[in-house]
Amino acid sequence: MEFNRNVLKNEEKAIFDLRALYSLYGYTQYKMSKFEAYDLYVRNKDYLVSDNIITFTDTDGKLLALKPDVTLSIIKNGKDVPGSVQKVYYNENVYRVSKKNNAFQEIMQVGLECIGAVDDYCIFETVMLAAQSLQSISEDYILDVSHMDIVSEAIEAAGVGAEEKKALLERIGEKNLHGIDQICSEAGVDGTLLKTLASTYGKLADVLPKLETISISEKMRAAIEQLTRMAAFLDANGCADNVYIDFSVINNQSYYNGIVFCGFIKGIPTGILSGGEYDKLMQKMGRKSHAIGFAVYLDMLERLQAEEKKYDVDAVILYDAGADVQSISAAVKLMTAGGKRVLATGAIPEKLQYKQLLKLQEKGLEILENNA
Amino acid sequence: MLNVALPKGRLGEKVYAMFEKAGFECPAIHEPGRKLIFENEEKQVRYFWVKPSDVAIYVERGAADIGVAGKDILAEYAPDVYELLDLNLGKCRMAVAAKKGFRDNPEKTLRVATKFTNIAKAHYAAQGRDIDIIHLNGSIEIAPILDLSDVIVDIVETGSTLKENNLEVYESFMPISARLIANKPSFKFKNALMQEILGSLSAQVEAEK
Repeated sequence: MEFNRNVLKNEEKAIFDLRALYSLYGYTQYKMSKFEAYDLYVRNKDYLVSDNIITFTDTDGKLLALKPDVTLSIIKNGKDVPGSVQKVYYNENVYRVSKKNNAFQEIMQVGLECIGAVDDYCIFETVMLAAQSLQSISEDYILDVSHMDIVSEAIEAAGVGAEEKKALLERIGEKNLHGIDQICSEAGVDGTLLKTLASTYGKLADVLPKLETISISEKMRAAIEQLTRMAAFLDANGCADNVYIDFSVINNQSYYNGIVFCGFIKGIPTGILSGGEYDKLMQKMGRKSHAIGFAVYLDMLERLQAEEKKYDVDAVILYDAGADVQSISAAVKLMTAGGKRVLATGAIPEKLQYKQLLKLQEKGLEILENNA
Repeated sequence: MLNVALPKGRLGEKVYAMFEKAGFECPAIHEPGRKLIFENEEKQVRYFWVKPSDVAIYVERGAADIGVAGKDILAEYAPDVYELLDLNLGKCRMAVAAKKGFRDNPEKTLRVATKFTNIAKAHYAAQGRDIDIIHLNGSIEIAPILDLSDVIVDIVETGSTLKENNLEVYESFMPISARLIANKPSFKFKNALMQEILGSLSAQVEAEK
């Protein structure tokens, strides 16, 4: 039977497309259990989006959790093999508390992790795959990229205390220039560079040359050079146009380092892709190699409905009790052969929206109602 | 089309005047009536009046691309939005107030009545002070008088309401004013229009300083 993509919902289409995309680049599927030892999450609580985890006791008394995250399990179950990389993708449901309504939610997540001897090629390929993931969902997409080294060097250079550093990072995340001004003036330091970073926004080719002029340290220069090499890579692969530099992409500094990014689709009110390099998380979990990855949050894709389906079915065929089943079947076949969605029933279900209402008579189908 | 959520009331009117000056006028807004949504097709802008404390929700969820909300609301609900500009309007401060002559006894748990639960919690957590939060929706000032609480955490503009209720500011801790906020994806997909508005509003704020 031929496969009709039109019956798929956006998120279902995305799952197929993304799996196909990741397989092309040598990623293999990582399938895991729905549960994981609670202990794993407690030790890395700050890494998770929310502290709340659904837990339960296994038959042997062990405390388990419904996975709030996939990355931690992948890191835990992998081994460092010098010189090689492990490339896996996953398609899993995770269980988290939504910040918006403070209730548990099941979120469908597709993502990939590249772990091991991660070099420039791996990093750039991952950023490219992030851009292509968004593109496979919609042509109207933007991938914002930041480099944690640039932001942290600028904050270090400001020379403020730990509390202020944390607050400055938050203000950069909000693009809050007046907030940066306030913290810097209270601390008696210059906030010009931080404000420049917070307000920087634009395409790679427009922003990167300007960044070179504001570099203040070797580490920052190296980060800008890496972004420049990344821009050339993306350009050669045809996706540089939708990638922007935005230093307000702030991931948790205790886990992430280097290149981080966040993806947006026009018509969806929040970011739907998030990722970056997380060597610090690897170190915390006793791994020696490097890592980069991202996740696409598919639950928001239902907001992207191209056209709202107006009807539940195309046609309803009513038949009387005792009608000949062969005649009903023939009538249904007649409609489905034309690709119509048909409901054969004795009476119309409540609130059902249909395009056409037909009645099975002895002489054939009679049209009772046409709504289209 | 750029959707702008404005807070109902005097502050919203002042903010609209700034947008008008920036070249994004919508004359229909001045017509009397109860309409809440106003559009100027030519300027590609649509304004709507919402309850001040709801502006951040409209913006965070993308029903509005930009909006104007008080820092008190932003600090309390921490919406995931960009805070682009301090409009220097609607200035007041968040303060702890108590009955005149109040002494904070550190041996006891402090009972705090407030509308701003998260702000109050964060303020006292930073001091390591043990508190009992009492969430109220209005008439906060009477809580200490009726011995419902020891102190209140609330917005203070002139201090006259406090005075009339025999209360005084014990400690001010957060300056508040109206902020221009933006939905994150909107900032990206409607960047040119937003930068134009931001540029003009910043210039107006600077000129007023």
